[in-house]
Amino acid sequence: MRLDKTELALIGLAVVLLLGGLFAAPGWLIFLLTVALAKALVVQGVVMQMKAGLVSFGQGLFYCVGGYAVGMGGQFLGISAGLVLLAIGVVAAVVLAMILGLLMTRYREIYFAMLSLAFSMILYGVLVKSQELGSTDGFNVNSWTLLGQTISGGEQATHAVFVLTVIAAAAVAFFLNRYYRSSVGMTCEAIRENEVRVEYLGLSPRWINYANYVAAAAVSALGGGLTALATGHVDPDMAYWTTSGEFVFIALLGGTGSVFAPFLAAIVFSLVRTYAIEFLPNAWQMILGFTLLGIVVFLPKGLWSLFTRARVDAPVSAAPSSTSNTRTGGARA
Amino acid sequence: MSPILETRKLNKSFGAVTAAKDLNVKIDKGEIVGVIGANGAGKTTFINMVTGYLPPTSGEIFMDGKAILGLAPRAITRAGLARSFQVAQLFPELTVLDNLVIALAAAESPHPSFLKPLHTKARVAKAEEILAEFKVASYRDARVTAVPQGSRKLIDIAMAMIGNPKMLLLDEPTSGVSVDEKGDLMDTVMAAVRHHGLTVLFVEHDMEVVRRYVSRILAFYSGEIIADGPPDAVLANERVRELVTGHTDHKSASQKGAAQQGSSVA
Amino acid sequence: MLSFFAVLIDGTIYASWLFLVAAGLTVIYGVMRILNMAHGSFYAIGAYTAASAIGWYFADGSGSAGMSFLILIGAALVAGLVVGLAVERGLLQFMYGRDEILMVIITYALLLILEDGMKLVFGVNPYFAYQPYTALGRSTIAGLKVSNYDLVLIGIAITVGVALWAWLERTNLGKILRAVIHDREVARAMGVNVRRMFTLTFLIGTTLGALAGALTAPSISVVPGIGVEVIVLAFAVVVVGGMGSIEGAAVGALLLGLSRAAAVHFAPQFELFVIYGVMSLVLAIRPQGLFGRTLARKI
Repeated sequence: MRLDKTELALIGLAVVLLLGGLFAAPGWLIFLLTVALAKALVVQGVVMQMKAGLVSFGQGLFYCVGGYAVGMGGQFLGISAGLVLLAIGVVAAVVLAMILGLLMTRYREIYFAMLSLAFSMILYGVLVKSQELGSTDGFNVNSWTLLGQTISGGEQATHAVFVLTVIAAAAVAFFLNRYYRSSVGMTCEAIRENEVRVEYLGLSPRWINYANYVAAAAVSALGGGLTALATGHVDPDMAYWTTSGEFVFIALLGGTGSVFAPFLAAIVFSLVRTYAIEFLPNAWQMILGFTLLGIVVFLPKGLWSLFTRARVDAPVSAAPSSTSNTRTGGARA
Repeated sequence: MSPILETRKLNKSFGAVTAAKDLNVKIDKGEIVGVIGANGAGKTTFINMVTGYLPPTSGEIFMDGKAILGLAPRAITRAGLARSFQVAQLFPELTVLDNLVIALAAAESPHPSFLKPLHTKARVAKAEEILAEFKVASYRDARVTAVPQGSRKLIDIAMAMIGNPKMLLLDEPTSGVSVDEKGDLMDTVMAAVRHHGLTVLFVEHDMEVVRRYVSRILAFYSGEIIADGPPDAVLANERVRELVTGHTDHKSASQKGAAQQGSSVA
Repeated sequence: MLSFFAVLIDGTIYASWLFLVAAGLTVIYGVMRILNMAHGSFYAIGAYTAASAIGWYFADGSGSAGMSFLILIGAALVAGLVVGLAVERGLLQFMYGRDEILMVIITYALLLILEDGMKLVFGVNPYFAYQPYTALGRSTIAGLKVSNYDLVLIGIAITVGVALWAWLERTNLGKILRAVIHDREVARAMGVNVRRMFTLTFLIGTTLGALAGALTAPSISVVPGIGVEVIVLAFAVVVVGGMGSIEGAAVGALLLGLSRAAAVHFAPQFELFVIYGVMSLVLAIRPQGLFGRTLARKI
């Protein structure tokens, strides 16, 4: 297996993060990085779909499924192995996505956005009414084990989740780096650009969107599971639509240009929020709103475009004319 | 031997408007068929129905003797009936090379791989060969948005040919292309068609272009085929002169000019 | 039998509220093709403005119910028009013509800004404006106690619906708007000032949103976040009915209102579930919604 530059950089970054985190960084920073990286995995799921031209305003659904699977696996099934709990979350999300995907893949644009939002709100509604699951308060995640070691709070837990999250993030980014250049990954971009043509190349845009949707759900659920392990708590807000809105925000902040972008954006987002909430508790969302408008107007390809703008593809001439006639909107039966 | 494409009593109406009326078409292997008719005569509707994009109101469609009515466009493409579009249907934000490589991979398998890279050496080499054949090699790494209209049409047609179709339907290959480019474009396309031994049906407004390349003409008027036969016979047909060609000749001097240009270039 | 009747009454009341909440959203989408994520914020601004005005009017402990109604509606008009105009002139007019999904994101940004803007203006403590609600008292219909305020709400919803319909179908301005809905480019070619129509539509939409909020204020405590909750319900109504259709919004509101009322009475754990469940079901069967038009595809 030959590694490309991105993959080498990923491995290098992961090692640096692990060493720095375990030996140098203070606890609060490790925790912040852990949660940011875990959420970035959910954002990767959003970005996977953005590449195919779909904006999910309901990715919190899979984030929540991943999180609740970890919590419920410990609470009701008596499973303590952390890796098994994460796997349960991913499997549950995949099964759910395989069912919902049958419907979701019939929709595009705002219909896709609204339907994804509706499904995550259904889960929210169910969880809020479930007394056994703590209703709106949610519940705490039991202590768990990693490779036989019991993890029960404190610095040890912080470090354990951190290591797990960094490795998971690096692994997912590694996979995505190959995925985006694979036939399916590139065809997703082709679907975004012109679905009719993809169909006339003899491919099924629906099948490819389906595969992408399920894969994105798996990645997002992993992020949800790790967040649950990191914070030791799950609640229905994970599925509330504003949580999904936050993921969309981070995805747009980073852009779809690189597998690193969601991680960078999530870390920037977490750092800024930590300070903004402290100093401007009632203006934090306003800052987000203006930032989002700024991105849409000035950096439509996200923060990452700041890094790549100078290099490579300066377009031969600026003539984005033909996009309008290739977009076919709305619902498809 | 059954014809490559056959339609029987194909009808299509949009509300009160009849876009296709009892279309009976038989096209044999190796034929180069031109379709003429004014805008709204039902030419694109015919292509859309045959390729599964638009369901006919009634009728039957056969390819190589097999019924293909009701199949999705992708299934019909895989069965060997490919098409191009009036407005080139490409992936605008991707490079020309990406466009072709995606088409090449699609032709190889309907189930693309999740992890194997799209850009294999073999596919890139093949794509470069096609780019050269269609004389658009200079745009290899340009995004489609930066490619001129005529070259886009060529890339569109090249992508349709990639799956080695049994038959190719070209919807106005020269529309939107400047008068100077028309002749070159058609020469390039028809050279490729001959090279691959394809059966072709193409819609064209320019009678000089039609006369130059086709062995047979279908004349559409108001959803009906009013004439079908060798070019000389069809173009001499009284109704065709009255309803199709005569109309264009009087109305649009520029098209006539375009026709002369086309022939002088070629 | 009684519970069936209760479902009918509760459902109709809830449907009226849903319709009022969704009407502005569907009008804006119908004409402008903008799915306004910030619609809930206009609802909240209407509620805050109304609650403040009612609080001020009843500050000395007395006041008439009739007058308080006028205040509610007046507050909604002021809030919807002023903030709507500021948003349309200050932001949206520069964004017209962008992708529909990008407009969702832009209005989402607007929602974030308005949410905190409200906190800065109105603070984070709850506002109450119960006076118009209690002043009207209760009636007993077939053994059921029903608040008169809620019955008035039904009347207002019907009035708003009929007025919108009559305006679109029976007036010249309505005809022009329908031309814009049908084909923007053709309308422009016919000499319609599409941008002015957009401004007008947006103001009508935001005022309707604010009106819904103002009329709701007396029956809830007005706190931060009410708009965020409402917007997803409004989406559900509009998606079920068919985006951009007034009659669709009415039928969607009734369907969801009755379903929810049935759930509340017979299976309360499904209260929230049922709304999005019905929405998903309708979309699965009829992707364009009950009254939506299918979009033509062109190649």
